[in-house]
Amino acid sequence: MNKILLVIKREYLSRVQKKSFIVMTILGPILMAALFIVPVYLSQISDETKKIDILDETGWFIDKFENSDRFHFDYVTEDLETAKTNMSAKKGYALLYIPRPTASVPSSAVIYSEKQASIDLKGYIRNVMAKEVESQKLGAEILKEIRKVNPEYKSIGNDSLSKEALISEEILKNIKTNITLTAIQMGEEGKEEESFTEVSMGVGMFAGILIYFFIFLFGAQVMRGVIEEKTSRIVEVIVSSVKPFQLMMGKIVGIALVGLTQFMLWVVLTLAIVTVFKTVVPDKLNQTDNTEVFNPGTRIPAGDNTATVAPEKEDSGKMNAILGGFQKLNFLEIALSFIFYFLGGYLLYGAMFAAIGAAVDNETDTQQFMMPVTIPLILSIVMAQFVINNPEGPIAFWFSMIPFTSPIIMMVRLPFGVAPWELALSMAILTVTFIGAVWLAGRVYRTGILMYGKKVSWGEMWKWLFYKG
Amino acid sequence: MSYYFSAKNITKRYANHTALTSVSIDVPKQCIFGLLGPNGAGKTSLIRIINQITGPDEGELFFDNEKLAPHHVEHIGYLPEERGLYKKMKVGEQALYLAQLKGVSKADAMKKLRYWFEKFEIQNWWNKKVEELSKGMQQKIQFIVTIIHEPSLLIFDEPFSGFDPINVNILKEEILKLRENGATIIFSTHNMGSVEELCDNIALINNSHKILEGKVRDIRNTYKTNTFSLEYNDFTGSLSSMIPAEYELIDEQTEDGINKATIRLPKGTSQNQLLTLIIPHVTLHSFNEIIPSMNDIFIETVNAAATNSVTSQNNRS
Repeated sequence: MNKILLVIKREYLSRVQKKSFIVMTILGPILMAALFIVPVYLSQISDETKKIDILDETGWFIDKFENSDRFHFDYVTEDLETAKTNMSAKKGYALLYIPRPTASVPSSAVIYSEKQASIDLKGYIRNVMAKEVESQKLGAEILKEIRKVNPEYKSIGNDSLSKEALISEEILKNIKTNITLTAIQMGEEGKEEESFTEVSMGVGMFAGILIYFFIFLFGAQVMRGVIEEKTSRIVEVIVSSVKPFQLMMGKIVGIALVGLTQFMLWVVLTLAIVTVFKTVVPDKLNQTDNTEVFNPGTRIPAGDNTATVAPEKEDSGKMNAILGGFQKLNFLEIALSFIFYFLGGYLLYGAMFAAIGAAVDNETDTQQFMMPVTIPLILSIVMAQFVINNPEGPIAFWFSMIPFTSPIIMMVRLPFGVAPWELALSMAILTVTFIGAVWLAGRVYRTGILMYGKKVSWGEMWKWLFYKG
Repeated sequence: MSYYFSAKNITKRYANHTALTSVSIDVPKQCIFGLLGPNGAGKTSLIRIINQITGPDEGELFFDNEKLAPHHVEHIGYLPEERGLYKKMKVGEQALYLAQLKGVSKADAMKKLRYWFEKFEIQNWWNKKVEELSKGMQQKIQFIVTIIHEPSLLIFDEPFSGFDPINVNILKEEILKLRENGATIIFSTHNMGSVEELCDNIALINNSHKILEGKVRDIRNTYKTNTFSLEYNDFTGSLSSMIPAEYELIDEQTEDGINKATIRLPKGTSQNQLLTLIIPHVTLHSFNEIIPSMNDIFIETVNAAATNSVTSQNNRS
């Protein structure tokens, strides 16, 4: 055990001290920060205030939308068709239509616009609506709770009864609201695009691509590390001190730690850059906080924006903070799943890459073995495009169960919400598979690393599995 | 007699061939044991099994009267034929790492490394990367890391390859010194000269079988053919005129006025009988028994084994 730690330490330190690692660590966050600072900044400097008409049939949201230098809201009362024509006539940006709810509370809205409605507008609308509906629901729930104790109670006032004391987790779960926001582009006839999922899409795709990238990058590092040991012949010296399996696991774990370190540094540095940028250009970015949800990593520490949205009610700040905390749960789930799928996917592929590295003499020979290993990875990225449009479909389901594709596909699906049993099953399958893969890779590895100057075939590798250690 | 290291009936099979067939070796303590054999005979397989890099399919191994177990690797030092170090790693760091892998504590390893680096006068290499060193320099580092944990059993696979004669001598001295200090050494080489010089015992492996084992002196004695060489003068003509026909005159020549001859005596005939026959006629300068070199024995036994297997194959078909 002690020896495995020594191997891990060497693998880790020798990589973290490399120039390429340091360069990547610095460049990554700059690129990432630029990825969401630049668009926001550009939209800031180029856009005038957008005029948005609101047709609110529910009456719940009158005066809830606040005017700012980006958005100007006008409330209209005509019927929908007239409102649409009027909006076009006066060259408004969009019309927000909140229909009378079919159920008890409003949960959907439609944005009509000529140009594609911007993400920050949609984010803001969704936020305001969700906030309002939730606080209404919360009020109702609290009233219900209080009436259980005191049936004569009429309304919430400044009472000795603490509201917070009554808010159970169950209530919070009950009141959690998802606003379905449909964006319809006018002009192009009937082209209707549901874009309420944009943020989820963004998060899902980002996480999926990040996992893809990490598996490839660090899996290839495992392979190169094994080949290096083999070609430099150091491996025979080392396996006379440690078991081949320990050497392989030490390498895989060491490189996983390098990956995690790099990821953590990216998150921290990206945050730092964004924070610095915010303080330098304070006003403009403060209101676009919600763009940050594109990065699940930054969202967790920074994601307090829910509390800043509607501070108009006394007391609601604290309530919102509680609500916000529970809203973050989803992101916590995404972040934890990300780490799990990153490690699981990496271990699975890392083990296969280690076996390939052991089977060949130099990197040019790896081609024939790389193909079958990389195909599922590339396939998952291709499938991700379909999955993101239909995150509940059979393709999405099966690809998020197959362990070779699940790390990417499941991450793409997660922001849309995945049933816990599906997530648990997918994780269990992945765990079993990577344990199996590591075991098989260990058998190929211990034979392969001692074979020099021999072109190895698949059949040969198959035989190695059955050699006695 | 108890041995420091024994392998009993080791068999190792791979998919397409058998690398070792019931091979047994016994290595006495503080002995330099030569493991000989042509390429592909199974030496490396045996060495890897001793190092527990691979396991045997059949057979048992004993280390200092215990069954060979994973913790014994800390008492074994292995210098493989295919040398290797991490090229991008600094010499000192790397030596420290390899020593720690053998179970030496960091502080201890530091102390020992300093001693050896001073001894080889290579202190200024500590912070160099391995790839900056010449091949000979790398070999020295490799030797140091092999013995840094003061193993009681050392396995050297072709230790002298890549060294110049001066360094070969240094290395030989070090190996002999290691034995003096109590180490037991298994030594695999094709250099029969160094076998005669260093080894106490040998085992010869050919085609997965052990075909010869024993003390070097004993083996050479058993391979003696009762052949003698002599130098003489004051005689012209052939010695054949004065020796009986069953004495085989292998070679006879004159060089710088000195006659030389090689004679093989029949079994049971002593060299004294030969001397009594020729001394009255010649002035004798030297008289030596020809003891076969390990080189000759190696070639002879391996060839004999090859012919045997060919004939047995022919018989079978």
